[in-house]
Amino acid sequence: MSTLLAASGLALPGRLSDTDLVMAEPALICLVGPNGSGKTSLLHALAGIGAPAGSVSIGGADRDAARPAERRRLLAYLPAAREAAWPVTVRDLVGLGLPADADPGEADAAIGSLQLEPLANRRVDRLSTGERSRALIARALAPKPRLLLLDEPVANLDPLWQLRLMDLLKATVADGQAVLIALHDLDLAARYADRLIVMDGRRIAADGDPRVIIGSDAIRAVFGIEKGEEGWRPA
Amino acid sequence: MKARILLPALPLLLFAASLLTPWSGFLELWQQDRGLALAVLQELRLPRALLALTYGAMLGAAGAAIQALFANPLASPDLTGTTSGAALGAVVTAYLLGFASPLALSVGAVAGALGALLLLLLLAGPKAETATLLLAGLAISALAGALTTLALALAPSPFAFYDAYDWLMGSLVDRSLSQAAFAGVPALLTILLLLRLRAPLDALTLGEDVAQSFGHDVRRLRLEIVSLTAVGVGACVAICGAIGFIGLVAPIFARRLTGGHPGRAMLPAAALGGALLLAADLAVRAAPLGRTLPVGVVTALLGAPFFLWLVAHMRWRFEQ
Repeated sequence: MSTLLAASGLALPGRLSDTDLVMAEPALICLVGPNGSGKTSLLHALAGIGAPAGSVSIGGADRDAARPAERRRLLAYLPAAREAAWPVTVRDLVGLGLPADADPGEADAAIGSLQLEPLANRRVDRLSTGERSRALIARALAPKPRLLLLDEPVANLDPLWQLRLMDLLKATVADGQAVLIALHDLDLAARYADRLIVMDGRRIAADGDPRVIIGSDAIRAVFGIEKGEEGWRPA
Repeated sequence: MKARILLPALPLLLFAASLLTPWSGFLELWQQDRGLALAVLQELRLPRALLALTYGAMLGAAGAAIQALFANPLASPDLTGTTSGAALGAVVTAYLLGFASPLALSVGAVAGALGALLLLLLLAGPKAETATLLLAGLAISALAGALTTLALALAPSPFAFYDAYDWLMGSLVDRSLSQAAFAGVPALLTILLLLRLRAPLDALTLGEDVAQSFGHDVRRLRLEIVSLTAVGVGACVAICGAIGFIGLVAPIFARRLTGGHPGRAMLPAAALGGALLLAADLAVRAAPLGRTLPVGVVTALLGAPFFLWLVAHMRWRFEQ
């Protein structure tokens, strides 16, 4: 079987320096780093946003050779801004993530997994920010893409939904999807990640087992914080 | 479901009404001289109805495309400076350079529209914020308007001013079938080419980044829409002058029929745009003023209050 994700030579001028990333098996990768360290840029480069340099192959398929309908099955990207430009309904919004010939049941399944059934026919501009976030996450999950790229997926969600979402992402990994998410919450990352990538200065500073990295000097060097008895504090 | 039947029927009914109005005069003529009646129908009323249908449809489709591209219901060919750029191009061609054939006018207007849209992209940048784009469009409209007045002031013929003023207000009267073809054929082709871009425009609902992640080339999409709009609107402006507000109003109603989806609203917007201009042209004929009003005046008189309502409505929504 071909590698789930093989990216090499990824770069975005001024935002991301020459970066390689390989994922052999489905896993939940958490991407942490200070503001401006290149988390979003790495997600953009993988999703093909902003004409990045380098090549990305997902499950053996060349990302740039895939047409929009196939590409929705290869990868999904959730931007940090939780906005929809036009006031479509939640069901229609989720449908935008699917290829045109997809079974409507696929949208319903995603709506169900984020418990959006009561809001399915509501316009997205009439939802709370948290509800709209869930609708946009459902849009990304709906096509069951091989690679999920989510920027700050737990932002705007209440504590219960943050945990529910992380569990949901774990379940998608168990179904064979690769998940890469940018996070600010190091504890959440440590608890859920199969693999942790620390970004600093527009490149990968550390990459590996979260239990090892969280306790290492890398966090102190990159973030300027350390773990004390009462949690994180400035170093 | 009702909309699916009504929407194509509305422009067709109005088209028929445009051919047959005024009915009493036509009936009399038909009884006296069938040949003459047919000639009136073919030479006078058919070009007028065809122009209203295709120009209105062009404005509707282009407005829907531009609103989808800029993710803003206030964007339209008039507000991005396309129409005024086309008018400037045609005025310069006709009154300063002295080429008044439909072909020369069309080329001049398309060049003017393209110039305005390229200036818009240059001012606002390839990855422009909506506000920047709209402000740039406003500046270009003002500039094109001033230059049009200047071109007319410098025109060698003293009649040029009144002549051009009449044309600038937008009129469908006294155009020949070949003139109708000069506007209608590019307009229809442009609409068909715009309709191809439905899916990427719908994807823009999720933002430019997500559309790119689906594999849509947003930069190329922007250029395609800009050049198609320039060609289609430019050709229509060359023949009929600038007609405002239909490109703004038709897409807004069309999106109500497509659940808010901007790309798939292009076809209904074209149907509504055609129907609106046909209706405005019928209103011109029904106006009891004893003389023919330019149809652009009617669309502006009806469209401007709608525009004001829209601005107020958006402000209330954002201030909540």
